[in-house]
Amino acid sequence: MSGLAGFLWERRVEIVALTGEHLVLVAASTTLAAAAGIPLGVLLTRRPRLARPILGFANVVQTIPSLALFGFLIPIPFIGGIGGRTAIAALLVYALLPILRNTHAGILSVDPSVVEAASGLGMSAGQRLRLVELPLAFPVVLAGIRIATVVSIGLATIAAAIGAGGLGVLIYRGIAVVDSRLILAGALPAALLAIASDALLGALERRSAVARARRPA
Amino acid sequence: MSDPALEFRGVSKSFNPGRPVLEDFTLNLAAGETVALLGPSGCGKTTALKLANRLLDADAGEIRVHGRDVRGEDPVRLRRGIGYVIQEAGLFPHWDVRRNVETVPRLLGWTDARRRERSDALLALVGLPPEEFGARRPRELSGGQRQRVGVARALAADPPLLLMDEPFGALDPIARRALQREFLQWKARLGKAVLLVTHDVREAFRLADRIAVMEEGRLRQVGTSAELSARPASAFVRDFLAEADA
Repeated sequence: MSGLAGFLWERRVEIVALTGEHLVLVAASTTLAAAAGIPLGVLLTRRPRLARPILGFANVVQTIPSLALFGFLIPIPFIGGIGGRTAIAALLVYALLPILRNTHAGILSVDPSVVEAASGLGMSAGQRLRLVELPLAFPVVLAGIRIATVVSIGLATIAAAIGAGGLGVLIYRGIAVVDSRLILAGALPAALLAIASDALLGALERRSAVARARRPA
Repeated sequence: MSDPALEFRGVSKSFNPGRPVLEDFTLNLAAGETVALLGPSGCGKTTALKLANRLLDADAGEIRVHGRDVRGEDPVRLRRGIGYVIQEAGLFPHWDVRRNVETVPRLLGWTDARRRERSDALLALVGLPPEEFGARRPRELSGGQRQRVGVARALAADPPLLLMDEPFGALDPIARRALQREFLQWKARLGKAVLLVTHDVREAFRLADRIAVMEEGRLRQVGTSAELSARPASAFVRDFLAEADA
């Protein structure tokens, strides 16, 4: 074990740099997924007829093996090619579904009598969304962002296969030279990132749910 | 003669073609008058109420609020001028009591001072001292207290007309009785026109100046409780009213 620790310590500069790359991939794709998924999720609550086909399609896309999706994207102009942009596009696809689905479910979970009161008292559709529905759906939306983030951290290791960098670089190199210490040098930080961001966003989620349930101090 | 607070003239509404929930419905509410829409569930009474503030739109006929055809009004502005109270209150759970009461004044852009003065007065009126209840969340209140907040919220912008849909329906009998008694005091003090939807015969008799009995989308009889008791227009009306004595 001390052998592994020494091994990791020797490579700390590279590990930190690749962790940084990894985080950029995850942050960029999750942010874009939220920017697209939240408005789309709201739209689906307004157009229930679209909800089933679109959520169904997003579910199917989710089942495409990630390595294959990275490959499929390479020949596509603008988003494709080798490197970070392609990886972000692929990660976005996977991050989109949880955010879309949770936004849709979160808005629909708001008590109908509360929604009716908002309309009946004279809120416009925009005011109702901004003042009532989104704040009440927020913990559920945040849960979707948390799932998207954790999934992206795992999937981003595969981005190294198309030259996008990140902690996957160490894992692929470890596989190539059959060195499990190298594999762990990529896998351990990735796992820690996933656990840490899950805990952080989970805490945020609980706080927002509690803040909505009880009066602030 | 001033215009009635609310009038329905030959109003029809159906959600599925050929199955009207409201048919040729005609009713007037004078200013300051409380009229109960009374009938079994599915008789169209809630539909009638929602047509008045355009949560629904009529298929045929005319609805006027203070003499103005609601079809010519912007629904959002129309609703801000009509008080609205629903069963189980529908309070905003993420806002405290005061913020709930100030909903419509905020939408109307009142100043902080004016809003605060108004919410203080209304919370006092409904028996919830603002210093004790103003900062509480809806879930920290009993059902009766929530419903009081719902009434205060509906009265906030001082609308001359109030729509109340089963406002006391979800309460236990003791809380319901207390709120009904207070309703009569508020009514005497404020002089609002109230359209009250209820399936509870006793509630209609206690609270309303006139009662409109409905069955299957049609108005069967309108009159004071004494008139209805003395001369029920049909067997349905007589049998439905007899429930009160049961």
